[in-house]
Parts: sequence; C-alpha cells; structure tokens
Amino acid sequence: MRITGAEALIKSLEMEGVEVLFGYPGGMVLPIYDALYDCKTIRHVLVRHEQCAGHAADGYARATGKVGVCLVTSGPGATNLVTGLANAFMDSVPMVAITGQVATTVLGTDAFQEADVTGITLPITKHNFLVKDVSLLPTIIRQAFQLAGSGRPGPVLIDIPIDVARAEIDFKYPDAMTIPGYKPTYKGHAKQIKEAAKLITQAKKPIIYAGGGIPKSEAWEELRALAEMVQIPVTTTLMGKGAFPDSHELALGMLGMHGTRYANYAIMDSDLILALGVRFDDRATGKVSAFAPHAKIVHVDIDPAEIGKNVAVDLPIVGDVKIVIKDMIAAVHKIEGPYADKSAWHAKINGWKERYPLHYHQEDVIKPQYIIEKISELTRDRDSVITTGVGQNQMWSALFCGVDRPRSFLSSGGLGTMGFGLPAAIGAQLGRPDAVVVDIDGDGCVQMVSQELATIAAEKLPVIVAILNNRYLGNVRQWQELFYNHRYSSVDLDVGTPDFVKLADAYGIKGVRVTEVADVETTLRAAIEAREPIVIDFMVAREENIYPMVAPGSSIDEMLGGIPGAPLSQMLDEEEEVEENEAYPVGSSRE
Amino acid sequence: MKHILSVLVENKAGVLARVSGLFSRRGFNIDSLAVGPTENPDISRMTIVVDADETRLEQITKQLHKLVNVLKISDLDPKETVTRELVLIKVNANPNIRAEIIETASIFRANIIDVSKSTLTIEITGTSDKIQALEDLLRPYGIKELVRTGKIALARGKIAEA
Repeated sequence: MRITGAEALIKSLEMEGVEVLFGYPGGMVLPIYDALYDCKTIRHVLVRHEQCAGHAADGYARATGKVGVCLVTSGPGATNLVTGLANAFMDSVPMVAITGQVATTVLGTDAFQEADVTGITLPITKHNFLVKDVSLLPTIIRQAFQLAGSGRPGPVLIDIPIDVARAEIDFKYPDAMTIPGYKPTYKGHAKQIKEAAKLITQAKKPIIYAGGGIPKSEAWEELRALAEMVQIPVTTTLMGKGAFPDSHELALGMLGMHGTRYANYAIMDSDLILALGVRFDDRATGKVSAFAPHAKIVHVDIDPAEIGKNVAVDLPIVGDVKIVIKDMIAAVHKIEGPYADKSAWHAKINGWKERYPLHYHQEDVIKPQYIIEKISELTRDRDSVITTGVGQNQMWSALFCGVDRPRSFLSSGGLGTMGFGLPAAIGAQLGRPDAVVVDIDGDGCVQMVSQELATIAAEKLPVIVAILNNRYLGNVRQWQELFYNHRYSSVDLDVGTPDFVKLADAYGIKGVRVTEVADVETTLRAAIEAREPIVIDFMVAREENIYPMVAPGSSIDEMLGGIPGAPLSQMLDEEEEVEENEAYPVGSSRE
Repeated sequence: MKHILSVLVENKAGVLARVSGLFSRRGFNIDSLAVGPTENPDISRMTIVVDADETRLEQITKQLHKLVNVLKISDLDPKETVTRELVLIKVNANPNIRAEIIETASIFRANIIDVSKSTLTIEITGTSDKIQALEDLLRPYGIKELVRTGKIALARGKIAEA
C-alpha cells in the first residue's frame, strides 16, 4: 500500500507505541497534521508555545520512563523548541522531536520559515536527521527512537521537508536494527566490579553519591539493596532525587551548592565514594580540586566520556548502572566478612544530622519552606509527581519536599530552565493521569510560560500550580544580597506581576490566593481532592533565602547558614562556629 | 603533545560539521584536519592532528566516539605511522633566478607544476620537516601564495609474521 511520508510518520509513531504527541502546527507540518486528523490512537496535545512542547514531552518522559515526542513546524517553530531540546539534552531525557522543514527544492535558499535546524541543534541533541529521501523515513524514525531511549538517553531530532512528507512510499516499519557507530556498553567490566566490591567491604567511611542515572536505568531497587546490604549512607543529586527514599535512615538528602550540611560533610570526610550515574556537575562538587580529598572514587556511568571528565577517578566502570549494581552486590556477597566496621561513621553522620537539620523559622508571613513541607506531607504517600521551576522554589523543593518514590520529582537540572515546571507538569499529568501532579513554581518562572494555563484548561488536566510568590527573581536576589552587596539589580517583579487568581480566571481555571499560614494546608488539601486545574497564589516572605549555601568557587563543606539557632549575621561567619562545635570534619582539605 | 587521530566516519552530509563542531564547542584545538573517502565509498577517513595532553586527548576521543556517525578512532603511534602532507607554493621567480629555484626544488624532489613570467608553483609532498625546510629556503624569493592539505596518515603495514 502506498502512503505519504506524513502518513508513514504517524504509522511509525503508532508502531513505537506513542500515546501522546505535544505539538504546535504550522505551514511546513500541515501534511503531518492532516495525517494526524485521522489518527485514533495518538492524543495530540496543542501547547501554546513550542518551547513547552519540548518541556511537556520532557516531563512526560521523566514521569513515565517512555520516550517523549513533540512535533513543531519549521523555522520559528523549531527555533522555539531549542530550549526544550537543550534542557532534555542536559538532563539525558529520552525524546524524539519532529520538525517540519521547507521543501528540499528550496532548502538552503533562505525560504520562508526556513532555519538550519539540524545545524542549530547539533550541540544539543544526541543525534539528528534531515530526511531528504522519503524511502528512508521509516528507518530514520526507528533509529531515532532506538537512539533516544537507549544507552545514555537524550533528545533526537528528525527534520522533515514538506515535499518528503507529501511523497509516497510503500510502507514497512523496520525491526530493531544495529546502528554501526552506536554500541553502548551495558555490562560493567567484571574485574573492575570485583575491585569495587573489595573497596566497599574495606571502606570505613563510604558514601553513595547517586544521580539521574538511577531513575534512567530503573535501578532504584538495586541502589537500595546495595546501600542496605553494606549500610552505606546515600546522598543524591537534584536529578537523583526520588532514586532513594528521603525517609530512609541512610538518606542524606542532596549534596552540593544547596546540599544538606550532613551530606556535604560526609562527602568531604568519606574514604570511598560510589558515584552511581552521576556526572560530577559543578553544582554538586563545588570547587573540584577540593572535592572529597580522602576518598577513593568509584564511578559508574554508561557514558564513558563522563568518567574522568570533571574529577579524576580511581576505579572507572562503564556500564548500565542497574546491571553494574546487581553485579556489584553479587561480588560483595562473594567476599567473606567481617567487613570493615562502619559504626563510628554512622555515629559521626548522625551527629551532623542532629546538629544541622534542615530548618526554617515560620513567622506571621508564610515561609515557602512551610508550603513545600505541606505539599510533601500531602503527596508523598500517594501516586504523585512534583515538578518545579528553577531558582529558590526549586532548591527549597529539593530540600524540603521529601520524596520516597522514583519519577516523582521532576526538575530542570543541567540547564536550569526557568519555565520548566508548568509544561513539565502537563506532560507528567498526561503520562500519569491518576497521579496528583503539583507544580511548585516561582512567580518569575510561571510568567515565562503562563500561556500554558490554556493547555491545562483545554485538556482539563488536574494540575495544581502552586506559585511561591515573592515578587522577586528570588535566587538572583539572594546572590545579589550575599555576593553583590545587596545591590538588587533588575530583580524586583513587584510592579507588573499579574494577579494570578485573575489570570487563572481568564483561562477558565480556578484561582486561589493564600496569605495566611493557617490556610496553606486546607487549601492544598482541597486542591488535591478536587481533581481539577487550580492555580494557588501563595504570598510568601519576600526575602527568604535558601540555606545552607556554598558560595561559588568554594569547597562544598564551606557552607553559609543552615545552623539552627544561629542568627543570620553569624551565618556568613559560620566557619568559627563550626570549629567551636568541633563538628568540622577531621582531615578536611581546608587548612 | 601532538597526536594524530585517524577517524573513520560514515560518508554522509554534515558529518564534518558534527566533528569540527564538537572540537570547537568543547574548546579542543585542531592543528589540522584532512578528510576524504576511503576504499569503501560509504566511509571517509579523517586525519585530525590535535595538540593535547593525555587527559584532554582521552576526553576528545570519548566525545568523538559518542557521535553516531563515527565508526572507529585510532590514536596513531608516530613511530608506527607514515604521514604525508601535500603543499603548493607559488613563489616569485623572475627569469634570472628561476634556475636557482628549480634546482632547490629538485633537491627536495618537489615538482614544478606551473610557470608564469614572474612565478613558479611548486608541489611538494612529505613530512612537516621537509616541507618546512623548503618553505624556509623559498621565503627569501617571496612566497606569493601557499596552501597545505593538512596531514594525512596511515598506520604502517604489519611485517609478515610468517
């Protein structure tokens, strides 16, 4: 049967099991939209800006583990998608993006709505294709899905000229195929794993540093088994949040710039770091040259290029983290005990945990941390997904929102994309219709993508948009306060911030404003029960800061704040405070 | 330290851009890059000369490996490698010094490939040292134009084990 390229594309997407397609039509994708008109199996979600087609597909992928798919037109449609692609690329999110392109006959002539999209997206996609011959289209789609979802996942773009979409072919969807230059290594080197197992049993002060690779390879059970078997404390990165239960007694929360004091101290004092599916981002490591001075580092990653990229590693293991951890557990079992005693290590860490718990002071005005704690309380025992914007709202969420399940905390890590939270929530809700989806967001972030309230309204998605409204670009303001002598340059959003309740109303969505501490919990409870879209405008303390914090360029144990009872003036001078308490890790890199 | 990477890639549109783009955006410096098809028309060979320490070279190689169109990368051992470069030099040569230049060129086994009233164009292949020596000798006459292909290289054939 001869069908058009556009029809072949839709059929191929069906063969790949695509359920949802996030897109925005335009001239050069009209044949594809025409073919979609008859498609019964794929739900097309019309976003209101192409950037959000990318973020929604991204949120869908993170929440479900499946490949997210988006479709936009040529030129401006594709250039608008760029941020969505870059975000997915930085966080290794499996995605297939389809862009329309001008006809091959005018390609390269600066035709109307032409942009060199494969050229533009070269550095922010795992791979991309320009389809010049319709007969290659099914093969390319097959390869794109294979590339996007396997190995280290990432976004793959397929650029389809309109004449290719119109041309006819005899359609046959190919089986999985080998791609000559693409052979990810899944199984780790046996000898290296054996060596790692030996280190694990000998270490007195080991720590697991787990990242986004854990949820990507669905290795949360293996991670937990490994940690419990040898009683190794676990700190996670922002991308790894949810990979290990925050409620677990071995959990140390997040490390790094806004890590917990106990996670950062433990890393710096450890004698063995098991780095599992992490890439040693500078937000996690702080000053690289001072990172974990006494630790042997075992680094497991599926991408060989990540190993040794930022820090020197003692024992590299290339492979899928799930398979490697399984093998590691087996290898540890083979080593006869008793293993090195870790009770002193646990005591030390528990001492830090007691002395430096995460805390804040709830006063008359609502503190953002309080709202996040309430959201956490109300959602953590059920099927739920938290998405976040970027900035203070994100870091408070990472710190104060306890998450016990994988794929339930979605945040823009590598790129730090303001505006990610709302469209990601849309994608998550479509992927997990029964889940309670809460977007914890900032007033600045929401204003970057507020047009997507229309998508929420149109699709009747019961997303809860919780805005921590401080009328500031809060994170930038915090930096200006701490490192630029309180010179608040261009961060005050007070004048001009819309009335979010009215804005919600304009989109036909319920909007509520909360100004009293007493109303926070009741409003959230009602929103969760209602199963309908809602925007909650929480008016929060304007100049609240995220603590602890590591100043840029410092080692991660040089933290500001986060000491209970210490006034802010002392927070900036906490070095002596810590030494007085003798809580400073022995043998740290600092003089 | 200079390294010669011999990289087999799929002979497809845009592959050169992927490779060169990778170098530029990750801040790796390319000394030279030469590319052309191999005995298999679907595969091209890139010879890339980079100046990098071991850590950096490792990162370059690993990043190159991630490109789906890259099939194989060899870091060629200079002792086990034959390298060549082709250079064309157009040099000022009025009739009274022409013989002198031709004589110099012939000592280097270079070829004269074009003659005009005032210039000679000389073709030379060889190692960088040899090319540099000829260039130095020709410079006093006035080099009008010069073009180099960049280095190409192959690992030496194995001496028969039989």
